[in-house]
This record gives sequence, structure tokens and C-alpha cells, in this order.
Amino acid sequence: MAEYNHLIFEVSRPGRVGYSLPKSDVESVNLEDKFPKHLIRDEAAGLPEVAELDLVRHYTALSNKNHGIDNGFYPLGSCTMKYNPKVNEVVARLAGFSRIHPYQPTETVQGALELMYNLQEELAVITGMDAVTLQPSAGAQGEWTGLMMVRAYHEQKGETRKKVLVPDSAHGTNPASASVAGYKTVTIPSNENGLVDLEELKKHVDKDTAALMLTNPNTLGLFEKEITEIAAVVHEAGGLLYYDGANSNAILGKTTPGDMGFDVVHLNLHKTFTGPHGGGGPGSGPVGVKEVLLPYLPVPRVEKDGDKFLLNSNYPLSIGRVKGYYGNFGINVRAYSYIRTMGPVGLREVSEGAVLHANYLRKRLDPYFESPYPQICKHEFVLSGSRQKKLGVRTLDMAKRLLDFGYHPPTIYFPLNVEECLMIEPTETESKETMDAFADVMIQIAKEVEENPGVVLDAPHTTIIGRLDEVQAARQPIVRYIKEKEEEQVKDGVKA
Amino acid sequence: MTNTYRYLPDTKQDQEEMLKFLNISSVEELFEDIPSEIRLKGELDIPNADSEPVLLKKMSQLAARNKNANDYPTFLGAGTYDHYIPSVVDHMISRSEFYTAYTPYQPEISQGELQAIFEFQTMVCELTGMDAANSSMYDGFTSLAEAASLAVASAKKRSKVLVSNGVHPESRAVLQTVARGQEYTVEEVSLSSDVTDLDQLKAQIAEDTAAVIVQYPNFFGSVEDLAEIKQIAEEKGALLIVSSNPLALALLQSPGKLGADIVIGDMQPLGIPMSFGGPHCGYFAVKQKFIRKIPGRIVGQTQDEKGKRGFVLTLQAREQHIRRDKASSNICSNQALNALASSICMTALGKQGIREMAMQNIEKADYMAKVLQRKGFIVMNKSAFFNEFVVELPRPVKEVNSKLLEAGFIGGYDLGIDYGYENQMLIAVTEQRSKEEIDQFAVALEAVVNG
Repeated sequence: MAEYNHLIFEVSRPGRVGYSLPKSDVESVNLEDKFPKHLIRDEAAGLPEVAELDLVRHYTALSNKNHGIDNGFYPLGSCTMKYNPKVNEVVARLAGFSRIHPYQPTETVQGALELMYNLQEELAVITGMDAVTLQPSAGAQGEWTGLMMVRAYHEQKGETRKKVLVPDSAHGTNPASASVAGYKTVTIPSNENGLVDLEELKKHVDKDTAALMLTNPNTLGLFEKEITEIAAVVHEAGGLLYYDGANSNAILGKTTPGDMGFDVVHLNLHKTFTGPHGGGGPGSGPVGVKEVLLPYLPVPRVEKDGDKFLLNSNYPLSIGRVKGYYGNFGINVRAYSYIRTMGPVGLREVSEGAVLHANYLRKRLDPYFESPYPQICKHEFVLSGSRQKKLGVRTLDMAKRLLDFGYHPPTIYFPLNVEECLMIEPTETESKETMDAFADVMIQIAKEVEENPGVVLDAPHTTIIGRLDEVQAARQPIVRYIKEKEEEQVKDGVKA
Repeated sequence: MTNTYRYLPDTKQDQEEMLKFLNISSVEELFEDIPSEIRLKGELDIPNADSEPVLLKKMSQLAARNKNANDYPTFLGAGTYDHYIPSVVDHMISRSEFYTAYTPYQPEISQGELQAIFEFQTMVCELTGMDAANSSMYDGFTSLAEAASLAVASAKKRSKVLVSNGVHPESRAVLQTVARGQEYTVEEVSLSSDVTDLDQLKAQIAEDTAAVIVQYPNFFGSVEDLAEIKQIAEEKGALLIVSSNPLALALLQSPGKLGADIVIGDMQPLGIPMSFGGPHCGYFAVKQKFIRKIPGRIVGQTQDEKGKRGFVLTLQAREQHIRRDKASSNICSNQALNALASSICMTALGKQGIREMAMQNIEKADYMAKVLQRKGFIVMNKSAFFNEFVVELPRPVKEVNSKLLEAGFIGGYDLGIDYGYENQMLIAVTEQRSKEEIDQFAVALEAVVNG
């Protein structure tokens, strides 16, 4: 089939339908009799009109223009693009999970509540926390939820601390979440080993410090070895420690944020626990807390009373609701199914595999790229394209060249404290052959940069579309389709 | 590693080769940077692994302990509805090129997702009558709070939002949490019968009001008069934020045409399973002047070097990964796959089907209300309603609902919980309910209250 390049609106033909509803079996209603005239729609919304096969061909064509984990290696650092198990998809679609309403009487949803309760309990064990809420929809919302609890904790003690400390290697959501929780962010520079500079940290920790947010291993893939000292510094000043769980894939069954001294944690179930990334979501960002923050957890909480499960909102110090209902239940079902599949030994082997793979791949690439932090890494590592930059080729160009070989490039230009950064996370679900083939291509590209840079600079060569003009997109934003021929719309009968 | 887990490919030999390459003798050496005092001593204290058949059996048993809408016709709405989802929706979103991809950072290999989002944005604009929409938010509730935050942030010296009591209680609850973080004031506007009390609104609105927030149709199903509300807001220079059920917009005048500055809501009624309340899919649409302040990801059309049309994430300077603590919102992951589901549903329904489906909702709710009225029940709505309405019962709703359950129905929402309206039930009737089910429900309800 020739390359398909149509919007659904462009294949629309008046009169075609892709649905089937039974004829109404009740008395008809005249809109004008029921609603004031000015509240009745005067122009039909311009939705497409296509037959079912047109629809299927359209979206199949779009899917063919998309790269997912199932298509090939996806070493996007900090995103943990591991395999998304198919059984989880089957389980989440069971009518007993997908066809239940959030306001059904609790006695009619005991299975759902039991699943949530068990998941809370198991995530608490995995993180070393005392309790977990499943309400936050994603990592960023988890961060904000955690910080709102931190805030409530300090306020309850009559303190109004205004600062949240964040290392310079942190995810962008950390400072953004701190802001929306009403905090000022103070950035702590990393030391030459890529770790939190303890002396620098001490300079910034004071009575105004509400919390330190930390990812461990950090976004350079390095374990913060001085974590207990870091925790002590913050705790001594009365602050709390927030754990960004984006990199939890490195530590399952090896250590826990609780043991490290953290007070509050979020996990990204769509990263570590195989919730599919969905093209950008939905995720799930449960938050675990130590006892000091228990009173502030969002409501409702899922609790167990004897052999009955219930929803309890009777917590006067709670920060309230952070999201509608009880979180992204469907994603939580998938994560639960995954944890059941792996068990304690399997989860430990997940992290062992993830760390082994990252170290293996790092060492394979090490001779060909600058390796700013050559020590043992955890589940991911960073390289710098600085050597190639001197030859006139940027990391972006190398990323584009990877597309020609069918790979999704690593995360690039993050973290911000590494020049021309490439952040690579192979995950435990990839085979050695896959990593070897990827390494061979990366090495080939490094050689191309030296011998034939043009082929890298002009990449990609094999994708359906070339590099896109992002400046034009931002200067004159076109963010929706607008039908060009006005006359045609009137001719269609309905003035659209 | 033992190679007994199907998601872990390493054989003993693979592992040995990698260890040898790394000049180490065990994986354990790679964890030596974790201080021993914080290392776990044993295994995690969680249940052991299940094989696939055992897992499926256990999960099916858990699922079977929930009463689902296939077996129990449901009359619950209150923000989440049981609607027809064309079979193509789940088939198309199950294509793993979509669901196993992440945010389309590399546009050359993500044109499918990017175009699908562009089409989603267009459909949201069409329904809401707005100029621009983003790629999705977590849900309608958080979307509303983000809209309020945007209004406060973009206004000078306005630090208060007015929210109608006709707005979903959970939206208002999330808004309270968000407003506490960002330190602006939320004031609630009381109701006059089943709609926002406009005299109250006039009394409360002031020069420091950044926005007025109403729901359309509101929590009781009633259709608020946006034209009048817009006039009141505009006189004081406040923005109008409208939370809207997108299905209702198939037949109701678009909020955009009635003057809304921001329209938000949840796409759940269009193609997304109820799934115990999530994941659903918030939408967020604005007038042109707010396009650079919208939270979350936006896809824009552009072209490549050869002039070929393509799509990219755009206006990223607003977002957390660029602006960090100066970003207008912290949202990163969104609900993209559910946005895709609702796009596919809107495509399947199309221009005609969405109107037909919305009409059936109006007709069936109207029919149910009339049947109940004929049986002597009092319908509390004074304004016209979309697909739900309030009925007064002589007994507590909780009690009635447990009897209805015995009769095989999931009854309506108990308005005693959030509003203190004792013995008042919010009943939703979608196109999924047949006349027969409606009649049987009415008979059952009559029997319960008389019993």
C-alpha cells in the first residue's frame, strides 16, 4: 500500500457511519420543547464520517508509523521501557474490573478493593514504607501529593518551611511539583563523581528546608552511597526526605527507600511495574509514607476490617483528594498482575538483570564515547557526545542516525549537567543479542562520525519523514485541523 | 539468575559471558555501591510467583467478586457512565505500536501517535467550540483544578475562584487540595434548586475573582445557563471555566460559543471503560489567547525539509522538562492511550452517531423520569436535564440501593453523602439501558419504597 498520509477528517465522507446503536425504544423528545433555544447546539461538531473498515485502516496505518517496545529496542533512559506483559492486558479487561463503577456499594466491589489493598501492602514492603496510597495518576502527581503531605506535616507542627532542595540531576517534574505545592526550589550541584555534594548540601539545609527530593540511583544511574549521611543532615534540620521512584528498577529486593532513610516515596507503576506507557500515559504513581506522614495520606483510603474491605475518608488531617475516585485502577491491576507473576525472587532478579545489562552495555560502548562517570552504574548510565561534538556531530544527530537502524534512541540532553548527554537504560527484559546488536550500531555510528559525518548529520535516511521544523511549529502553532473549503461544508447539507 | 521467569531472557551462559566481559565473578559485585547496612538481608516479604494459568485463575476469581454492569444493569452516573463502546476501539488501542510506545519524543518514528493526538485535539475543539486543546490530562477533576490555576496565574491581582456547588464534589475536593498548594482562594457558590444561584454568584463575584467555574450539564444533570453566567463573569473581568460532559456537547450549544474561556472535562463517556474510576481521560481546551499557557503536551503540525506534512510536540517551553520550577504545571505522563480510545470512539460514532447517542440519553432519562413521576415519585430538577436527574425517595438511598441490588440492579448515587440531601438519589440513564430495564427498575424501585 502506498504511503498513507491522510488525517481522519480528510478521508471522511458525509453519510458514512462506523457505529451501530439500537433504535430508541422510548418516546422521542423534541429538543426545543426541553431546552432553551440558545442552549441547543446550532452546528454539528465536525467529527469524521467513516465506515468501520475506513476507521480500522486509518488507525492501523497510524500504528504502522509508530515505534513501541514490541517493535524494537527502546533504551530511553529513566523511562524503563521494559516489556509489557500480555497477560496483564487480559486481566485488566476482565468485566469484573473494567465494567465496574467507582460509586458501587463497597459490598459489590470487594474483589477490586482486595486487589487494591494487597497492592498497597506489597508496595509498602517493596519500598520499606508503612502505608501506600494508589490515588496519584502518575509520577509527577505522586511527587506533588508527597510534597503536599510534607507541607501538611510541617504546618501541623506550626512551621512554615518554604524550601525544597533538588539536585541538579533531578527530573524536571521535581522542581515543577515543588512549585505547585507552594515551595521554592533550591538546586544542589552534584560533585565530580555525579553524586550529591554533601558539603554543598549542608550549606543549604536549614530551618527553612521542608524536604530534599532525591532519585536513588540518580539520573546518572549512580547510587548515592552517602544516602544515610544525606538523610541525617536533612532530618537533623527537621526536614523530610522525598524519594523519586522513577529509578526503582535498580533496587527491587536489594534495598528500599525506607532503609535508606526516606520518609515519602512515589513509584511509577508504568515504569518499574510494566504498566504500558500508552504513548504517554496513563501511568500510575502510588505514594508510600513512613508513619510520621500517615495522618496526611489522601482520602479515601482502602482498608481491611476483618475479612471485609472498605473505603475510609474519616481522616481529618488528610490533605484531601488529589484525583477523582481511587487512582488509575486499570493500571494498578496490571502492576498487581506483574508482581504476582514475579514474586520476591523474580523482582530481585529483575533488578539484578537491569543492572547487569546496563553495566554490560556501558562497558561495550565505553571506548567509543566519553564516559563522564565510569564507575559501576545501576540500571542506566550516561555517555557524553562531547568527543563527537568536536567533530561537528551532535548527540541529536547520532540519535537520528539510530532511527535508520530501527532503534528508539536513548534519552538525550538529560540530565542537564552532562554535556551532549545520552542516557541509556536497556532494562532486564532485553536479551544479550539485542544489546550486542545495538552496541555494534552505536560503535558504527561513532566511526561514521569520524569517517563520514555527513551520513550522521543528514540522518535519518530511512524514516517515513525527515527532521521536522520545530521552530515553525512553535512560532505559528497549528494545533487542530481546520477544513479548508467552506463551500463544501455547506454543500454537504449540514452547515458543519 | 535462574531463568525461570518468562520476562527475563538471560540464560546462565548469557550471564556468565556478561560477567566475564565485566571482569567480575557475580552480579552481587555490581551492588557493592549500596552500603551493607541498608541492604535487604532476605527476600522481599511478598507472596511467591504464580504461573500464568494460576494467575489467570486467581485474577478471574477476584474479578468475579465484583458485580459488573454486564450482569447488573446500572443506573449510576455522577461523572462516570456506562456507555456503548464500539468494538473497534479496544481492538485499535490494542495495537502494541500504540500502547507500548512512550511520549513521542522522536517524531520521525512517532508520527502515528502524534497524528492521533492532533486529531484528538481537533475533535475536542469541535465539541467544545474552542480554539486549542491539549493531548489530555489525568482526569476531568484534575483538569478542572489546572484550569483554575491557569486562570489565577494569568490574571493580575486576582487570587480567588468561584466554583458552583453544582460542580462534581470530587472536582471541588481536588480543587481545594490544589488551591492550598498554590495558595489561592476557592469560594463555593450555592445552588438555587438544581442550578447555580445566579444572585449568589453576583453577590460573591468581585474584582479579585479570577474565574467562575460551573459544570454543564451540572452534577444533578441540569443544564446551566452559560450565557447568563458568562455575562456575570465578564462584567467583573473574570474568566468562565466550564466543566463539560463531551457527549452532552453533541446536542448542547458549545461552551465556546457561549463565551467559555476554558473548557475541561473527562472523555470517559466516549470510548473509555468505567474501570472502577480510572484510568479515564481529562481534556483541556482554551481560547486562542491561552494557547501558550495551556498545561501538558500539545501536538502541532509542521513539515520536514522536503515540505512534507508532519507532527511534533510543540510549545514545549511551557513544560516542566524545560522550565522546571517555572513551569505552569508539573504534568508529565498524561492519559494518551485513553485519548486515543476516545478519538477512535468519536470517529466510529462520527458526526451523526454522537448526536444519536446523546439523543437517546436525553430520551431515556426523560422516559425514566416520566415513568417514576407517574408512580408518584418527585423529580427534583426544575431545569432541563441531560442523562441524569434527582428523585426523592421516602427511605434512605443506601437502604434502597441494597434492595435494588437484590432485584438485580445497581441503583443511583446517594446525594446524602456530599450534599446532605437525605433520601435523594441521582439516577443516570444512558443509551445502554433498554426500555424494558427502565420499566423493571421503576417497578423494583416502587416495590422497594413501598416494601
